[in-house]
Amino acid sequence: MSDANPKKKIQIPRQKMPEQPPRERVRNFEEVPYGFTPEQARLEAERCLQCGKPGCRLGCPVGVDIPAFLRLIAEGKFVEAARKIKEQNALPAICGRVCPQEEQCEKLCILAKKSDPVSIGYLERFVADMERRKGALRLPKKRSSTGKKVAVIGAGPAGLAVAGDLILLGHSVTVFEALHEPGGVLAYGIPEFRLPKSIVSAEVDYLKKLGVQFEMNTIIGRTLTPEALLDGEGFDAIFVGAGAGLPDFLGIPGEHCGGVYTANEYLTRSNLMRAYRFPEYDTPIIRGRHVAVIGGGNVAMDSARTALRLGAEKCFLVYRRSKQEMPARRDEIEHAEQEGVEFRFLTAPLEILGDEKGFVRALRCKKMVLGEPDASGRRRPVPVEGSEHDLVTDIVIIAIGNSPNPILTAAIPSLQVNARGGIVTDDQGRTNLPRVYAGGDIVTGAATVILAMGAGKKAARAIHKDLTGEEEPQSR
Amino acid sequence: MPFKILENRRLTPNTMSMLVSAPRIAAAHKAGQFVILRAHEKGERIPLTVAEKDSDLGTIRLIFQTIGKSTRLLAEKKAGDWLPDVAGPLGSPTHIECYGRVICVSGGIGAAAAYPIAAAFKKVGNYVVSILGAQRADLLILEKELLQCSDELEICTDDGSRGRAGLVTIPLKERIDTDRPDFVLAVGPLPMMRAVAELTRQEKIPTMVSLNSVMIDGTGMCGGCRVEVGGHTRFTCVDGPEFDAHQIDFAVAAKRLKLYHEHEKCSLDRYMDQTKRS
Repeated sequence: MSDANPKKKIQIPRQKMPEQPPRERVRNFEEVPYGFTPEQARLEAERCLQCGKPGCRLGCPVGVDIPAFLRLIAEGKFVEAARKIKEQNALPAICGRVCPQEEQCEKLCILAKKSDPVSIGYLERFVADMERRKGALRLPKKRSSTGKKVAVIGAGPAGLAVAGDLILLGHSVTVFEALHEPGGVLAYGIPEFRLPKSIVSAEVDYLKKLGVQFEMNTIIGRTLTPEALLDGEGFDAIFVGAGAGLPDFLGIPGEHCGGVYTANEYLTRSNLMRAYRFPEYDTPIIRGRHVAVIGGGNVAMDSARTALRLGAEKCFLVYRRSKQEMPARRDEIEHAEQEGVEFRFLTAPLEILGDEKGFVRALRCKKMVLGEPDASGRRRPVPVEGSEHDLVTDIVIIAIGNSPNPILTAAIPSLQVNARGGIVTDDQGRTNLPRVYAGGDIVTGAATVILAMGAGKKAARAIHKDLTGEEEPQSR
Repeated sequence: MPFKILENRRLTPNTMSMLVSAPRIAAAHKAGQFVILRAHEKGERIPLTVAEKDSDLGTIRLIFQTIGKSTRLLAEKKAGDWLPDVAGPLGSPTHIECYGRVICVSGGIGAAAAYPIAAAFKKVGNYVVSILGAQRADLLILEKELLQCSDELEICTDDGSRGRAGLVTIPLKERIDTDRPDFVLAVGPLPMMRAVAELTRQEKIPTMVSLNSVMIDGTGMCGGCRVEVGGHTRFTCVDGPEFDAHQIDFAVAAKRLKLYHEHEKCSLDRYMDQTKRS
C-alpha cells in the first residue's frame, strides 16, 4: 500500500480527527479530540510521499525519523512506529498533543506547498496511545553503566528529555522536583482536556521503569543547594531545567483585587490541585459568570477554555493586537472559538475595577489600532483616543507571559544570567560553570514544550560527551 | 518519599505541635523560613511555620492552629502516620544582625514564627525583649521557650487572665518610651501587626512583620501570595515572608487573606459532616 503512486496518494484527503462536540465538551474536562481510528491513521500515513529530502525531520527539534514511522503506520505496524519515535523522543504521547507541528515538521512537509501537510502530530499521538493501551511498552536496551551520576533540576519537559536520554546512555539519573507531582508545566499548566494527566504519569512511569529516580518536594536552591548536589551528594553534573515559572503582571491598578489570577495560579489550581473538582479536592478556585483573559498565547487559550468548563457564561479574551499576531497555536484558537470564547482583538487593559469587598467587577479597556512594526517584527498597537470602555467581569486572568524563576540562579551567584534572568548557555546547554548545564524556559524564557525537550536532548549529548569523552553514538 | 510524623500533641484548645522527620529540611532551615505541606492526597498545599528544627535528629517542629479542614485533618494525625508531601524550607531567611535592643512581638499562633527568630537575634548578641500576647491564658504558646531565648518576656492577654490585660501594643509603647528598641519584629494577626507598624512608624524604629498568605507552590510560580510593599508587587513565598512593616499595604493583605472564606467554610462544613457520620 505504501508503494502506491504519488498521484493516488495526493488524492487522499487529510484525515480529520474526531473530537467531542463543542457544546458538550465545554461542560467537562475530558480530552477534546478522540484520536484517529486505525483506518484513519493508515490512510493519513499513506499520504506521506516518502520524499527524498524529508523537510519534516529537519523541522523536528528532536530529530524524530518521521518518514520511517509514517511508513510503519501505513503498513499497519503501529507499535513498531511508536518504538521508532521513541528512538529520539521519550514522550511521544505528550508531544503528539502539545507540539506546534504547524510551525515545525508539518510546515516543512512537501505536501504543505500545494495542499495540506501530513498530520504528523495526530499520528504521533495515535501510535503512542496505541502502544500504551495495548500494554506493549518495551524498554529499550540501556548501555552499560558509566558510573556517572547526573542531577536533573525540574521534572518538566526539558528535564524529562535529559533524563530519558542520559539513562539510556548508562548514566545514573535523579530528577529533583519542587512540586509534589512530576511534569512541570505538563502537570500544572496544560489542562486535562488538552493533555490528560494520566498520560503525563504514564510517560513519567516509563522513565521510572528505565531507572530514572524522582525526588519530589525538593527545591534546589532551598532544600538542597546546587553545590551540595555536586559535592556532598556526589553528582558529576547537574542539568537545570527549572522553567520560566515567574508570572509577569500588567502593572495596572487593581491587580490585587479578589478574582484576579495569574494564568499560572488559575491553571495550577485547576490542573495540579484539581480545583475543578472542589470540594472533593480541597483546593478552591473562584468561579465567575464572566471571565476576562488577557493575552494571546496558548496559556491564554488554556485559561479561557478552563474558565468555560468551570461554568463561566461568558469568556472574553482581551488581546491588544489582531488575530494574525496571536502567538497561540492554530488548533487552540479554533477550539477556543468553537467553544464560544469571545475574542476582543485590538483591545488593551487599562485598569481592573473592584467592588466594595475588593472583588473584581469590571475590566477597563481601550481600543487599539496597528501601527508600524516593532522590534519583534509585529505591528505595534497604538491606542485610539476616547475608546475607553468597561467589560463587566468577575474574574480577570493575566496570561501575558513568564520570566525565568530566580530561586535556583540566585543560589549560584557565579552562574551567568542575562538581563531577563535567563541562564546563558552555548548551543549545547553548557553554562559558564563546569559540570552545570541548562535548557528549556530557564534559558530561553517562556517557549514551547518541544523546544525545551530539544534543548534537553542537546544538553544530554553535551553532558555525555563531557563525562565520558565520547560523542553520543546515535546520530540525528 | 513521605514524611513520618513522630509526635502530634495539643498545645492549647486550638493549637497543635507536630514533630516531623524531614532531614533535608531540618538541615537547610533558617529562622524565618516555613514549609508547605499536604495533609492527604487530595489536599491543598498549606504553608506552616517551622517553630524548631533539629538538624542532628533530622526533625522539624510545626506549630499550627486548627482552623479549617486541612488543619483539623492534620490535628487528627498520630505519631507514626505519614504526610505525603512536605516541601521547604521556603521563603527568605530573616536577616539576623546585632542591632542592640530588639523587641519581638507575637500574638497567638505568631509566637511559633517569632520564637526561632528571637532565638537567632539573641544568639548574635542582641538584648531581646519578647512580648507575647493571646486572647486568654489557655491560648498562650511557647512561653517557656521564649523565656529561655529572651532577656525579658512580657505576657499580655486580652481578658487579663494571664500577665497584663490588653493588647501587646501597650507594653510595646511603654518600652519604646523608656528603653527605645533599635529593631522590632512582629508576627501575629494582621490587625496586631498593623497596630505595631503604626506605633513604630511614628517613632521611626525599623520594623519587620512576617506575613502568612494564601499560597500554592511557594516558589514564586503562581503569584497567589502577592502583596503590595512600597507600591510594588511582592510575593510572600520568595520575597518574604518578612517585609518592612512601614511599606506594606495592610488593607490589600487583609483582603487577599479573605479571598477563599466561603470555600473554606464549605470545605469545613462538609468535613465536619463527614466526621459526624462516620
